[in-house]
Amino acid sequence: MTTRAAAASAPVVSMDAITKTFPGVKALDQVTLNLYPGQVTALVGENGAGKSTTVKILTGIYQPDGGTIRVAGEPISLTTPNAASDAGITAIHQETVLFDELSVAENIFIGHAPRTKWGLIDRAEMHRAAQGLLDEIGAPFATSAVLRDLGIASKHLVAIARALSVDARVVIMDEPTAALSHKEIEELYELVETLKAQGKAILFISHKFDEIFRIADRYTVFRDGAFVGEGLIEDITEDTLVKMMVGRAVDQIFPTREPHLGDDVMQVVGYAHPTEFADIGFTLKRGEILGFYGLVGAGRSELMQALFGITKPSKGVTKINGNIRVIRSPADAVANGIVYVPEDRGKQGAVIGLPIFQNITLPSLQKTSRSGFLQLVEEFKLAREYAERLDLRGAALDQDVGNLSGGNQQKVVIAKWLATQPQVIILDEPTKGIDIGSKAAVHDFMAELAGQGLSIIMVSSEIPEVIGMSDRVIVMRDGRIAAEVAGDDLVPETLVRHAAGITATAQMQGA
Amino acid sequence: MTLSRFIPVRETILAAAIGVLLAVVASRFAGFIAPSNLANVFNDTAPLIILALGQMVVILTRCIDLSVAANLALTGMAVAMINVAMPGLPIPIIIAIAISLGAVMGAINGVLVWKLSIPPIVVTLGTMTIFRGIIFLISDGKWVNSHEMSPAFTGVPRAEFLGLPVLSWVAIITVVIFGIMMARTQLGRSIFAVGGNPHAAVYTGIDVGKTQFLAFVISGALAGLTGYLWVARYAVAYVDIAGGFELEVVAACVIGGISIAGGIGSVGGAVLGAIFLGVVKNALPVVNISPFWQLAISGSAILIAVAFNAQSGRKKGRIILKDAEVRS
Repeated sequence: MTTRAAAASAPVVSMDAITKTFPGVKALDQVTLNLYPGQVTALVGENGAGKSTTVKILTGIYQPDGGTIRVAGEPISLTTPNAASDAGITAIHQETVLFDELSVAENIFIGHAPRTKWGLIDRAEMHRAAQGLLDEIGAPFATSAVLRDLGIASKHLVAIARALSVDARVVIMDEPTAALSHKEIEELYELVETLKAQGKAILFISHKFDEIFRIADRYTVFRDGAFVGEGLIEDITEDTLVKMMVGRAVDQIFPTREPHLGDDVMQVVGYAHPTEFADIGFTLKRGEILGFYGLVGAGRSELMQALFGITKPSKGVTKINGNIRVIRSPADAVANGIVYVPEDRGKQGAVIGLPIFQNITLPSLQKTSRSGFLQLVEEFKLAREYAERLDLRGAALDQDVGNLSGGNQQKVVIAKWLATQPQVIILDEPTKGIDIGSKAAVHDFMAELAGQGLSIIMVSSEIPEVIGMSDRVIVMRDGRIAAEVAGDDLVPETLVRHAAGITATAQMQGA
Repeated sequence: MTLSRFIPVRETILAAAIGVLLAVVASRFAGFIAPSNLANVFNDTAPLIILALGQMVVILTRCIDLSVAANLALTGMAVAMINVAMPGLPIPIIIAIAISLGAVMGAINGVLVWKLSIPPIVVTLGTMTIFRGIIFLISDGKWVNSHEMSPAFTGVPRAEFLGLPVLSWVAIITVVIFGIMMARTQLGRSIFAVGGNPHAAVYTGIDVGKTQFLAFVISGALAGLTGYLWVARYAVAYVDIAGGFELEVVAACVIGGISIAGGIGSVGGAVLGAIFLGVVKNALPVVNISPFWQLAISGSAILIAVAFNAQSGRKKGRIILKDAEVRS
């Protein structure tokens, strides 16, 4: 491995000074990425570092605003997914995009199936070629199997066979092991070795350090959309890699506050779910901001949805102010003073089509009706009160909420929940995808609410935010509480270590 | 503060279209726009208006009710047979039975959609056929004719009050009740929220399935009420009455700007959509246009209405998309 890595010649694909800007957000800023034939390059970075955007640029889904992509030394523009495919770049996604109702062979060759001289699909040739590919990667199922009947690991194999069928030079694996069992992961590693032996360049995206040190030859680190460094895995330690990932200048200023913690408002004991989380227990005090940190897929949002009554936990008790409360539906949760501001406000937050004031009063209609009829004047009053508290500017309250900017929609959703006068507010990624100015406003407001005695649970994947805002942080990993961190321990390295489970695998580094 | 917020654009355009239609017809046959004739047209359209309002709440919650016409026919047959069997039964009780029976049939649709999560189009396509089949079973395929019905039974829809037949008044009262319900009750607001963003509705504590169930019950109850009015007005009940009328009801909603994707629509729109179809239906024979053109005109109106809605919805889509890009 070492010799091959050292002997690496020219990269087969290189991204040079690639920049990509979305309205209000610089997703990638002059990044560099080199992929070498026969080598695995691990792309490492926190959530939001720009990894997914990089993949989308390499596969022709996004167009970069600046910079050059070279394939085998020649500048190339990947304007469509087809162009990327023609250039020999193929990706296996987190949720692999395949067709459940088609056979394995059809999935492998969809879009480029072998044809007969009449122009029809040559089924015999397709199955023969598919069988060849399956043999090559050691897949144990038939080409005629319907994809729906296969497990996730087998689907990955189909995706890989598909990648090989287009004669890919570059294979992108975006968290390929996220949903696999231990044994399946081992098989995947063997397959990666096979692909390497065939001279393919592999871009491997993973949050798991044991994985990176096990199969990668090289690393590239991004942070906040910027290139931090690259090199050979053998030349670096886990510690250094963690520092490269998180070590940043504190560029955000968080509100200073003196937390006045009161009694226990909410106690969660022994919460469990058949598939998503287990052994969850914590307490939340009045006026406290409790952060939940973890990698994507650690079960944080699933836990929050269970606390809010959207999904039903299989075990566990919630106590509010010391009394056991049964929460089986969001209506129960709201009645017990728990509210949830979901992450995906487009999908789960605002009702586009209803005016702003009706969005704000939607969970409070009980309060604004008299003998069954809504009192529009009171509704308006309530909406105005909370819109003003949230500094919702430039908006008439009878305007459609769809006309507001993302940040202002977020404010409407928060106003909606505050109007129910809750005791506990769960904020899931409260500042994701909004600009810096709105972020600061949301942070100030959170501090103000906590100061007024509201208890806040904040789920966030942004380390500075977690550390800057929380009094205490619970780190989740694989559906369990990995650690509870507070005080002087509340530093980026600790959070990343617990979230990635590094302590347990530190010895593997030498392997 | 733009003006468009106070004058609903869609409804204004539709009202203008109806005005133009009336003007064109009047230029060929002035008598059509005489108040007495317009009242007749309205009375003739009353069942469509009532059913369109019921269909509106169903469509607003992202469902569809194709069983309304079959529900109407079954209820109509049932109350006609009850009337034959018990001529002395007071009409208010007959009406109560009709509304309850319709509501029960709506509830069957609603339960299947709510508890078994069967797609509404499949559920109501099935119950539509079942309801028609039941009419055949209970009636043996025979007709109930006017001479078998009691005079009170057939008299009510035609009785005049303040110059308008009761049938028209029922439509007017339904419109008023719906106006209040949609604007001023929690149910009305929930109906919009469920269709506009079911995910957000769940997070707000609104039970999406239950709201859809209630929408089906409302639609069914109105179909039942219309069943009595229809059978009494035409003084005949048989298996195939109002055959295919469900499509006209859906058409009225679509022309009236009720988004088939749910969440967008208004009482005014549904009423105007129904009136538009009613005017087309009544005006064409007057100006000697073949009734077959009526189908073509209704069809074109649907396409124009949907295209118009798609256009006005597009701008909103772009904003959401931009937002989605930032988040990914």
